[in-house]
Amino acid sequence: MEVVADDGSVSTSHRFVAAICTCRRSRIYPWCDTSHRRRTRPDEKVDQEGAAEPAAGGVGR
Amino acid sequence: MTAYQESRSVRPVLPVGRGELSHAVIAALAGGRPLAAGTETVRADPYGDDLQLALYVLYELHYQGFAGVDDEREWDPELLEFRRVLEQRFLESLRCQVRSASSLEEALAALLVEPVVADHEDAGVSHHLQREGSLENLREYAALRSLYHLKEADPHAWVLPRLYGRAKAAMAAVEFDEFGAGRAQDLHARLYADLMEDLSLDIGYGRYLDAAPAEELATVNQMSLFGLHRSLRGALVGHFAAVEATSSPGSRRLAQAMRRTGAGPAAERFYDEHVEADAVHEQIVRRDVIGGLLADEPQLEADIAFGIESTKFLEDRLGAHLLHAWRGNRSALRRPLNSVLPTP
Ligand code: FES
Ligand SMILES: [Fe+2]
Ligand SMILES: [Fe+2]
Repeated sequence: MEVVADDGSVSTSHRFVAAICTCRRSRIYPWCDTSHRRRTRPDEKVDQEGAAEPAAGGVGR
Repeated sequence: MTAYQESRSVRPVLPVGRGELSHAVIAALAGGRPLAAGTETVRADPYGDDLQLALYVLYELHYQGFAGVDDEREWDPELLEFRRVLEQRFLESLRCQVRSASSLEEALAALLVEPVVADHEDAGVSHHLQREGSLENLREYAALRSLYHLKEADPHAWVLPRLYGRAKAAMAAVEFDEFGAGRAQDLHARLYADLMEDLSLDIGYGRYLDAAPAEELATVNQMSLFGLHRSLRGALVGHFAAVEATSSPGSRRLAQAMRRTGAGPAAERFYDEHVEADAVHEQIVRRDVIGGLLADEPQLEADIAFGIESTKFLEDRLGAHLLHAWRGNRSALRRPLNSVLPTP
């Protein structure tokens, strides 16, 4: 699949599904690299509420 | 041009025993003899070198076997009975260790946050390697992890016949990606062999078994145990979720370590590929493999959580061993790498 950015540049993925970054924090944008994850201190309570998730793109999606 | 020599085109030699249990197994296989009767198992340390190596050798009969060992020994009833005793001891210890187990929801949520680690703070192995790991540390790490990565995703393939519907389709899709999506040169096991070449390591399958400490053997034995038992399909899926979910950020740190030390393009590629691939795999495993399995078999929920937590437990033990050795300027291997000569 191909993702066309606002500036017209095209990124291609041959994977069966691609995870498309929606948080804009990824270092391999437009693909997700899990940078959307909540960052916590080791002693902090774990809570996923509000964390962004990538969008799925590709065959059959 | 000569044809590419696959890591697994060689039959590994049997390792050197580390105690009574592993000696008994290795002697039986080397001599083509039945297992010596009366081998004492009750006092063996479930995470110790002896039990873990005995188990590792027995499991290896299901993957690649050993030079000079009849392939039929895979189904030798005495060896299987002995394996059962050893793996029950291992499994029971793991179950005790993570008995405090949180719910599946909590176990999954814990996988999906990244700890904030300040520069002066102690952190995991990948943080250490990213910041200050030497090329020699990276070579040791790669040699030790080769026990799994040269058969990457193989133990997880055993779960496929035990799944159906949504869980099966999703698991097979992720495995297809692990197996190179139809291209032999992109098999993750092959990408790993290429990484090893960049690090001047011997890619021969099983080459570093004698060098691997018990903490590493246990992480691979866990996958074989979960993969070979249909009754542990929930734990296998939990284990896979834990690996896939933690791999992407860890791989980013390891890719940086490879770049910083100038390890080489194939060494970088293995981890770069896993940053992108495992961000996808984590989503699929969580939504469709776990989601599908739970919809079909809700009674497996606790076992999926057990798979996640026991993976963390064994990985933490391995990490502690590695960091302890490296911080003390010692080798983390049982045999330093320079004593492992390349195969002729
Ligand atoms: S990194 Fe942006 S959605 Fe995952
Ligand atoms: Fe992989
Ligand atoms: Fe993966």
